[in-house]
Parts: sequence; C-alpha cells; structure tokens
Amino acid sequence: MTGADPFLPAAHAPDVYALGGAVLVGLGVWGLLALRHLLRRVVAFNVIGSGIFLFFGAIAARGGGEPDPVPQALIITGIVVALSASALAVTLVAALAQRRGGAVLPGEGRQPPEAETDAK
Amino acid sequence: MTGAAALMLDLLLVVLVAFAGWAALAGRGVFRAVVFFIAYGLLVALGWVRLGAVNVALAEAAIGAGLTGVLLLATVGRLERAGAARDVPLMRGAAAWVPALAGLAVTGALVWAWFALPLPESPGPQLAEALPRSGVENPVTAVLLNFRSWDTLLEAIVLLAALLGVWMLGRDGDWTAPLGLRQHVREGGVMAGFGRVLPPLGLLVGVWLLWAGADAPGGAFQGGTVLAAVIVVALMAGVAAPPGVDALPLRVALVLGPGVFLGAGLVLAALGAGFLTLPEAQAKAVIVAVETALTLSIAVTLAGLVLGPPTAPNGAAARTPDGARP
Amino acid sequence: MWLDLASFALTALGLFFFVAGTAGLLRFPDTFSRLHALTKADNLGLGCVALGVALQAGHWTDVLKLVLIWALALLAAGTVAQLVARAALAEPRARKGEGERP
Repeated sequence: MTGADPFLPAAHAPDVYALGGAVLVGLGVWGLLALRHLLRRVVAFNVIGSGIFLFFGAIAARGGGEPDPVPQALIITGIVVALSASALAVTLVAALAQRRGGAVLPGEGRQPPEAETDAK
Repeated sequence: MTGAAALMLDLLLVVLVAFAGWAALAGRGVFRAVVFFIAYGLLVALGWVRLGAVNVALAEAAIGAGLTGVLLLATVGRLERAGAARDVPLMRGAAAWVPALAGLAVTGALVWAWFALPLPESPGPQLAEALPRSGVENPVTAVLLNFRSWDTLLEAIVLLAALLGVWMLGRDGDWTAPLGLRQHVREGGVMAGFGRVLPPLGLLVGVWLLWAGADAPGGAFQGGTVLAAVIVVALMAGVAAPPGVDALPLRVALVLGPGVFLGAGLVLAALGAGFLTLPEAQAKAVIVAVETALTLSIAVTLAGLVLGPPTAPNGAAARTPDGARP
Repeated sequence: MWLDLASFALTALGLFFFVAGTAGLLRFPDTFSRLHALTKADNLGLGCVALGVALQAGHWTDVLKLVLIWALALLAAGTVAQLVARAALAEPRARKGEGERP
C-alpha cells in the first residue's frame, strides 16, 4: 500500500454509488407502494432513505479529493432521524397489530390465517 | 489497487447492496426480510468507506444496520405475539404495475439528475480556512458541532420528540410500568454472561469513539449508539432492570444533551458572540462539553426508542433470549 | 516484501474459510450444522484476516484495535450461536431442517 490516504475515494466511485443509490430509491418506492405488510413498508422507507443518502454522499465525493464534510454531517443527521422515525413507525405498527390483530392497513386486505405461516 | 480492480470491487459491492435490498423487501417471510435488511445496512456501510466517508460508515453500521436491526427484530417478536407476523402476499393483476412503474420512474429521474447536475463548487479553500478555527480536526465534527450546530441541536430535540411519541403509544394503565417488554434470562446462562462481559468493553469503545471524534472518524452519534447498544444488551441480559418513564435519572439523562447544547448557545449569545457562534479560543472546550452531554442523551434516547413504550409485566411474556421458560 | 506476501497469504486463507463457512450456511440441512459451519469457519477466517491486516499496521495501537475487534466478534458470535441453538431446540421445525428461521 502506498502512502496515499487509503480512504480517498476512487475517481469512478461517485458515479457507481450514485447510480446504486438511484436503484435503491426506486426499489424502495416500489416496496413502499407494493408491499402490504406494514413492517415491510418500514423497511422500504429505510431502503429509500439509505438510497438517498448514498446519492447525496456521491455528490459530496464528486470532483475528486477529500469529500465535502457538510453533506456527510447532514447524512449522519439523516441516519439518526430515520431511526427515530422508524422507531415511531414500528411502535405504531405494533399498537395497530395489538388492536386489530393484523399489521395491514384497513382496506388493504387481511393477513392469511394462522395455518399459512410465513415459513412456507 | 489498480483502477480496474477497484472498479470491479465497487460494482460488485453495489450489485450486492441492491440484491440485499431486494431480498429485504421481497424475500419470503418478514423475519427473513429483516435479517436481509441488517446485511444490507452493513454492505451500505462498506460503500460509505469506499466513498471516503468513514464517519458516515460508522453511523450507518451502528445505527442503520445495528440499532435499526434490533428495533425491527424486536418488532417482529411483538407482532408474533399479536399474531400479526405472517406475511401478506404481493398485489397481483394490473394494479401491481403501478408501484413498479413508479419505482422505475424515480430511478430514471435520479439517473438523469446525476448526469444533468453541474459539478458543485469544491469546498476546499473555504473549509481549509475555517477548519483550524473550529476547535477540532475532524471536519465532519466541525460541521456538526460548530458550523451547523443549529441542525444538530434541533436533531437532538427531534430524537427526544420521537421518544415521547413512542411513549405516548403505550396503554394508559401502563404509564408507570418499566420500559419495554420483560426479559426472562436463565441465571448463569450464556446471555447473562454476555451481559456482564460486553458492557465494560462497549463502554470503552463508546467513550473512545466520542473522544477520537474530535480529530478522527467518530463522534457523539457513533459513540452514543455504541453506548445505547450497551444499555440494550445489559437490559436484555437482566443485568439491570429497565426504569419507568418517571425515573428522575432517566429524565435528567434525556434532557442533559439538548439542555447543555441550548445553554451553551444562550451563554454565547449573552456574551455577545451570537447564538451558537463559537469563538475560536473556547471552541474546543464548548464542543467537548456539548458532545459529552449529547453522547449521554443520545445513548439513553436511542436505547429508549429500541425498548419501546412502558409495558406492564402482566401482558404477554416476552420471548426469552436464551430459551428459558418464564 | 515478505511481510506483504505473508499478509496476502493470511488474508487469502481467511477468505477461504469465509467461503467455506458461507457454503456450509447455504448447503447444510439443519440449523445446528449450519451454526457449526458458520461459527467455526468464520471466526477462524476473521482471525486470519485480522492477522494479515495486523502485519500491515503502522502502529502498535492499530494492532490492539484489531485484536479488540477480533475478540468482540468471537464473543458475540459464540453467544449468538448458543442463543440461536437454544431457540432452535425449542422450535421443532428448525430441527427437521424445513424451518425458515435459522
């Protein structure tokens, strides 16, 4: 290994991770709309979030050299806020499940009966 | 590493991330989806290292993969007890095309934006000039605690608000009960042992991350997350009993960080420097004081978010972590 | 030069153990043999990789951190393997190898 900073991103890295982030945001949007189990929707929300962070982080690393610290700080803030939102969301899901016996929004169908476990 | 090998590594990593993300969304079974989400978070953290953002990588691994994973796993447990962990089949028919098209459209728009965006101005000279006056050497810590400390103060308050929201969702009768579900641990079992060995080590790592964050990757959020994990493991292993929402030490720990932060801002304003404007001579001292208080509050708040609302012990017993019968 | 070669060999050996552990996770029929493959092979693999990286460390404190990481991973892996095995014992479908949950 040479004396160069091993953490400096390679020249192609911003492009690769920006496109990866774009794919993740699309995947997450699909999941948020198509998945009906509410816990899966919370996961989809987190996938959208990390996709946006990657896209944003790739912007910070454009142009070579040391990546811009301001987007990085905002991303760290975002990761923490995403966790707070997820915690509130899963508590809501658990409360809904306790009252209705299912983790699906009203009007979006019902969970299959106990016999068909998810282990099938 | 040669350019071609590095490019292969990055492409492989992105494909793995996308695959893990897909499995976290569409994999069979809610439990399996959560496990894939944890793997996904760790792979994304590797991506952050490749992007040169080690501070973000630490936060992603600790918060995005670690704590979020624990939170989701705990929720699967809660849903199992409520009989709501069974998977729901995907939509079929013509309606199933709408989400797919929406996802493709968003990805397409982002790809277009990436190539259409003008190159941003390099932050170089401006930052290089301001950094020596910030009091710390880690530029991300300088941004979080000095240049944009407003954001961080409000974020600490968002965390607190989220915790209050979670607590609101408990049942009225449970308000004075201990936080989270009861854990039943076998005396002298593996989990009990782990709960005794991990906290001292975790405390060391958490405090070190906080301290190192001044001039190396790390900081209040990464350190606080490790400490939150210590708290959660200690409670899961039955080493300590969870407090209730009315416990005074808990409440002090929750507001200490935002309180010291706000207080520092007001004192600086009263001294004529301006709200949260750090004078060069005192910058380091103020940052260390605020970060230390903030780390404690972040640790306790994050642990509280993972534990969930206060729950009376007479409810359905928690699944035991090491198979012991309650 | 020799140091680089030793690092390369150790890291390669570590990766081999990781591949073996992963193959076991994917191919073995039930929870217990999967755990066996994972914990043993992966801990050894991580040890080899950590040793290989330690040879490149610039300062002894870096070596100390690597040792700490390895020890923590060993501790966590051992504990989790025990807990998963106990949970699997209580859940009969995992024993027959048709379980979804590892």
